[in-house]
Amino acid sequence: MNEVSKIEFSGGCSDTPILKERGQREVFCGLTSIIWLHRKMQDAFFLVVGSRTCAHLLQSAAGVMIFAEPRFGTAILEEKDLAGMADAHEELDREVEKLLSRRPDIKQLFLVGSCPSEVIKLDLSRAAERLTKLYAPKVRVLNYSGSGIETTFTQGEDACLASMVPVLGETNDQQLLLVGALPDVVEDQLISILSNFGIENIKTLPATQKDKIPSVGANTRFILVQPFLGETADALEGHGVKRISAPFPFGDQGTTEWLRAIAMEFKVDEKLFNDVIRAPRARAQRAIEIAAARLKGKSVFFFPDSQLEIPLARFLVNECGMTAIEVGAPYVYKSIVGPDLALLPAGPVISEGQDVDLQLERCRKAKPDITVCGLGLANPLEGEGLSTKWAIELVFTPVHGYEQAGDLAALFARPIKRREALKL
Amino acid sequence: MKLAVWTYEGPPHVGAMRVATAMKDLHFVLHAPQGDTYADLLFTMIDRRSARPPVTYTTFQARDLGADTSDLFQDACGDAYKRFKPGAMIVGASCTAELIQDDPGGLAERMGLPVPIIPLELPSYQRKENFGADETFFQVVRKLTKPMEKTERISCNILGPTALGFRHRDDILELTAILLDMGIDVNVVAPLGASVSDIKRIGAGHFNVLLYPETGEAACRWLEKELNQQYTKIIPIGVGATKDFIKEVASIARIPEPVMDMSRLRFDWWSKSVDSTYFTGKRVFIFGDGTHVRSSARIARDEMGFEVVGLGCFNREFARQTRELAKDYGVEALITDDYLEVEAAIEALQPEMILGTQMERHIGKRLGIPCAVISAPFHVQDNPARYSPQVGWEGANVIFDTWVHPLVMGLEEHLLHMFRDDFEFNDEAGPSHHGGHAASKKMTNQDEGKEIVVETEVSDVVGGPSIWLVDAEKELKKIPFFVRGKARRNTETYAATKGVKEISVDTLYEAKAHYAN
Repeated sequence: MNEVSKIEFSGGCSDTPILKERGQREVFCGLTSIIWLHRKMQDAFFLVVGSRTCAHLLQSAAGVMIFAEPRFGTAILEEKDLAGMADAHEELDREVEKLLSRRPDIKQLFLVGSCPSEVIKLDLSRAAERLTKLYAPKVRVLNYSGSGIETTFTQGEDACLASMVPVLGETNDQQLLLVGALPDVVEDQLISILSNFGIENIKTLPATQKDKIPSVGANTRFILVQPFLGETADALEGHGVKRISAPFPFGDQGTTEWLRAIAMEFKVDEKLFNDVIRAPRARAQRAIEIAAARLKGKSVFFFPDSQLEIPLARFLVNECGMTAIEVGAPYVYKSIVGPDLALLPAGPVISEGQDVDLQLERCRKAKPDITVCGLGLANPLEGEGLSTKWAIELVFTPVHGYEQAGDLAALFARPIKRREALKL
Repeated sequence: MKLAVWTYEGPPHVGAMRVATAMKDLHFVLHAPQGDTYADLLFTMIDRRSARPPVTYTTFQARDLGADTSDLFQDACGDAYKRFKPGAMIVGASCTAELIQDDPGGLAERMGLPVPIIPLELPSYQRKENFGADETFFQVVRKLTKPMEKTERISCNILGPTALGFRHRDDILELTAILLDMGIDVNVVAPLGASVSDIKRIGAGHFNVLLYPETGEAACRWLEKELNQQYTKIIPIGVGATKDFIKEVASIARIPEPVMDMSRLRFDWWSKSVDSTYFTGKRVFIFGDGTHVRSSARIARDEMGFEVVGLGCFNREFARQTRELAKDYGVEALITDDYLEVEAAIEALQPEMILGTQMERHIGKRLGIPCAVISAPFHVQDNPARYSPQVGWEGANVIFDTWVHPLVMGLEEHLLHMFRDDFEFNDEAGPSHHGGHAASKKMTNQDEGKEIVVETEVSDVVGGPSIWLVDAEKELKKIPFFVRGKARRNTETYAATKGVKEISVDTLYEAKAHYAN
């Protein structure tokens, strides 16, 4: 019996100097993550303590309004809260009481800090402690910051998950923990493959229900499913949980290497590994090939958005035959995206942060075939004649794993297909 | 602190963005943290604009707070001027920047930039989007507009239309056509489409047409006081209002009341024709911004023949006006920006149709009540490609079509009454001219066996709520969905006032006879 062996990731863009910019950033703040987190955790409520701007952002960010009664809301600070005429903590307690009596199904309450609450130094950790005592054991109250002055877009999920780590239970069981919110269908597929490797005890963070939240310990191994969870990874490692490092599971290559890293850690037999992945992997390759026909030889330019940019660039270049011109990310944590950077052939500019006007100048000059950017820039760039892919769709669509690899390529092919189809 | 789930209005700086984005060479430097750029997508997505809003965000982060955020502001201001070369700049703070008190206005003025700098005070913790737009446009006008010689021919300005306004683009065109028909030139339209030099020419107009009081009234008042320009008070939405508006304009312009070409108006005959008989007495609930609600109420009652059963607005600036309006209609005004309150009011009133914003459209979806959108905030779906104004003759035509569309048509209504168990054509399938409805759900045995007991919530109950007996509940289900709510409510009210504890089939029909009209 041969165990799956380790692969070293080096070279590629590992040592490419990173262009660091600061200026106007055309990105969302971390509050935006609530839009998917509140659907993933079905007994949680996210209470933003902020301003009318925060509430307006949450309803506008997705470009749509989700009108099933949302499990999030904003406690809007008013003049009297700021002027000290009202004790903000008392006000918050009152709003929480109203909320929890109206929604008895809520078992986890996240108090989410915002720019204004951070600036006035409203101590939400104190509030969370106080409210936990009040509502335990039925409701657990945690807090984190999704403010724009501290977090960018998907970092909101990172901050949320990191806030859960200190209160995770202890266990010595051998187990695998998948960290990051995934669409249910993708989560089930990945767990099914991993179970077929013979790995038992597979848990997820976040869990759909409070009573399914995993315990962790020295015999727990965790792996990230999303590249934006650096703080959560640090918190888990600080808790003595060992991380499995791997490229992220996008496309055939990413999914295979991600699975391989787990298989190696759990000493899976190499033949079993290959047998389990053979069929889904072949399906992924076929599906990618079809969608990639339109992408081959085309160029792509990434504006910073969700931090998925580096793994996605790796997928588009290696598996769809594209050329990356610039790969911009809000932050580049090499400890997290190192393997993907190594697999991305040298060539593109890797940029971190943003000065949107300068980046737009570079983009216009490069005339990429596809520009991946946020909704604020997409129509203006289309108006200038560039094809764009809305970055946010990549966060709101099942794109991980083998079965979605073709869909992922198709997401990028669609703007090109559309441009070919329209005779306008 | 107040818990909000959905909001009708954004913060005031979004109102300022609506003015800046509407104009051609006005640039907005906004002192704001990372993330506030989300507001750009309102304009690029909902308004489908193909250019970025002319807004520079300073994008400060936590680490800047200890250092000097005012330097950051001045750098952003200087860069914005160099890059965009605007005709004037407005500067302000978003909610977070308001807390750090950097005084963007003072900072920008001290830079000595060679264009007018207009500082904005936008109190984020007290006011909202419409105030922000109104205040911004007022400050722009106050800074740039000077008294000047009037145009030789009689002319007016159209003030109030902004970016992200409900049908503002088309309203301008329709209104301009009506004014030209009257022999009146349009001097300047602002802020939508205006440049800084246009704002400077506002003084040449003989008077002003205030198209939307929500976003243009402060400027109009100031112009009346300082430049002696009268402004119109009637909003020409609806047939009667358009006629009144024409009279008002003639009187302000001191011209004889013109004979208007009304050949484009179809609303009046469409509403008089027999097919429209089924509108008579349809119970409608109206909610939106104060101006559109006022206009819609008049159209609903006086021009469509509906019964207005409730109305209200989300913008408190129009609370008094809306309360007076409600009195005129014999209903209580609902003044709130909490959509849950609006939903509760609609649920209690059980109207047959809602005229509202996108919030009410969703409430209607959930409650199964048809809804037409009459006011911002609106969804991208309600931003049509075709010419669809609200004002003037064509506006009336558009409103007729929009309001009729969600309703079940006359004969279909009768057929549904007659053959309610048809498997394809029944109430659960919805109006037949709308696709995408599920075919009828067959009543399962389980449902039939279940005892149906519904507790009612009528406020003026004599000795507790009434209970629906199974047969009565079944009979109620035979009534088509678009009047079922009304029937349920009437029956319950009837039972409550008569002290009837158990609602039987007889109670249902007694109530029907009682409320017959």
